[in-house]
Amino acid sequence: MSTILQKIEILFQYIGSVGLFVADIFFWLFAKKRNIKAIVREIVLIGINSLPLVSLISFFVGIIIAFQTAYQLKQFSSEIYIASLVALSLVRELGPVLGSLIVAARSGASITAGIGSMKISEQVDALEAFAVAPVDYLVVPKFIALLITMPILIIYADFLGILGGYIVGNAKFGIPFKFYFKLTFDALKMKDLLSGMIKSICFGSIIAFVASYEGFRPFSSTDVSESVTHAVVRSFILIIVCDCILTALFYFIFV
Amino acid sequence: MEMVKLENVSKSFGAKKVLHDVNLSINKGETFLIIGRSGAGKTVLLKNIIGLLRPDTGHIFIDGKDITMFNKKELEKVRLQFGLVFQSSALFDFLTIEENVGFFLYQHTALKRGEIRKRVKDTLALVGLEGIEDSYPYQLSGGMKKRVAIARAVIYNPKIIIYDEPTTGIDPIAVDKVVSLIEDLHRRLAITSLVVTHDLEVGLKISERIAFLLGGRIIFQGQKDDLRITADPRVLQFLNGSSSGPIKEMEV
Repeated sequence: MSTILQKIEILFQYIGSVGLFVADIFFWLFAKKRNIKAIVREIVLIGINSLPLVSLISFFVGIIIAFQTAYQLKQFSSEIYIASLVALSLVRELGPVLGSLIVAARSGASITAGIGSMKISEQVDALEAFAVAPVDYLVVPKFIALLITMPILIIYADFLGILGGYIVGNAKFGIPFKFYFKLTFDALKMKDLLSGMIKSICFGSIIAFVASYEGFRPFSSTDVSESVTHAVVRSFILIIVCDCILTALFYFIFV
Repeated sequence: MEMVKLENVSKSFGAKKVLHDVNLSINKGETFLIIGRSGAGKTVLLKNIIGLLRPDTGHIFIDGKDITMFNKKELEKVRLQFGLVFQSSALFDFLTIEENVGFFLYQHTALKRGEIRKRVKDTLALVGLEGIEDSYPYQLSGGMKKRVAIARAVIYNPKIIIYDEPTTGIDPIAVDKVVSLIEDLHRRLAITSLVVTHDLEVGLKISERIAFLLGGRIIFQGQKDDLRITADPRVLQFLNGSSSGPIKEMEV
C-alpha cells in the first residue's frame, strides 16, 4: 500500500517539477526578442528533417485504412465511401497522433540527448556562467519551432494519407480522382480540421516540455540514455492521455 | 585590496555538508591557487563564488560587495565580472569557434558581426591560435580546445578569470603550453586569476598564494613559500603524493 502511495507521490512531484519548468519556459517566451536564426535552425532540425519519415508512414497508413474500411464497406457495397472515412479518421485522429508519436520518437529523443550531453559536458553550466538562461537559450527556440512545425507537419501527413487512400480507391475500386477528392472534402468540416490542429499543437507542446525537461536531468553519460528512454516513453503516454481527453472534449463541444 | 572574500561559508546538499566554514581572500591582481583532491568541494566552492549556488551560511564579497543576498538579476551582473575556463573546456559544440569565442559579445552587446569577428581573431591570436574561426570544436585537439576556452573567457575583459582544472585531460606538451599561456595572460592583462586544480606541480608554477581544501575545509592558506615550512601532516602527505598518512583513500 505504501509503495503505491509513494509512486503516486513521485508522480505528483514529477508533474509539479515539469509544471515549474513549463512556467519558466513561458516566462522566457515573452521576456525578450527572439533570435530568428535559432528558431529556423530548430525548425529545420525538428520539422523538415522529419518529413521523409512522416511522409512514408502517413502514406502507408492511408493505404491501410483504405483497405480496412473497404473490407467493412464491402458488406454494404458502398466502397466509394472509403474516401470520406479515410479523410475523417486521418484528419481528426490518426494524422495528429501518429505524426506526434513520430516526432516524439525522432525529434523528442534527439532534443533530450542533445541537451543531456550538453549538461554532462558542462556546456549548460557555461551558459549560466555567461549569464544566459539555459531554458531561454536552449528550450524556447525548440518550443516555438515545435508550435510552428507540428500543425504544418500534420496537415502534410493528412494530405499524404489521403493520397494513399486515393491510390487504393482508384486502383482497386476505380474511383476517379475528381470524385474521390470531392467525397473527401465533402466529408471534412472546419471543425474536423480545427480539432486536428488543436491536437497537434498540444502534442507538440508536450514533446517540447517533456523532452527538454528530461534533457536537464542527467548527471552522467549513463543517465543520458535513461533520460532519452524516459522522454520518449513519457511523451507517448502523455500524448495518448491528452488525446483521449481532447477527443472526449471535442465530442461534447463540436456536436 | 581584496577582490574575492569568503567569510565562514558553509554549504550542504541534503545531509551532506560539502563546505565547512570556508574563509578565503583573494587579492586584486594576484594568481591564487585552490588545491585539493577530487571531491574536496572545489567545484561547489567555485559555483558559490560566481553565484551559481548560494551559501547556506556565511558571506561572499566580490570587489567589496556582499553578493550573498543578491537576487537573480544582480547575480547575473556579478557573473559577468568572471571569465570561466571549464575543466572540460565546455565549448558549445553546435557553434563555430568564432561563435564560441564571441558568445559573450553576441549575447550581451549590440556589436556588429564584423566587429565581433575582428575581436575574436585578436583574442585567438592572444592565445596563439589563428585561422580556426570557422571550424567546429570537434575538429580541434584537447589542448587547442582549452586555449579556445581561455580565449572565450578573456574576450570581454573580466575582472577575475577562473581556471577549473586547466590541465586535466590534455597531453604534457599541451599542459606546458596552457601553463605558459596562463602566466603570459596574467602578465599582459594583469587580471586576478583563480586556479583550481589537483595538479600540484602546475599549480605551484603559476600561483603566488595557495589555499588547501580538504573535505570541505581550508586546512592551509598562505604564500607559496609557507607551504615548505608547514608541519601539517595532511598537507605534507599531499605534497609528497603519498598514499600513507592521515588522508585515507576513501576520505573526501
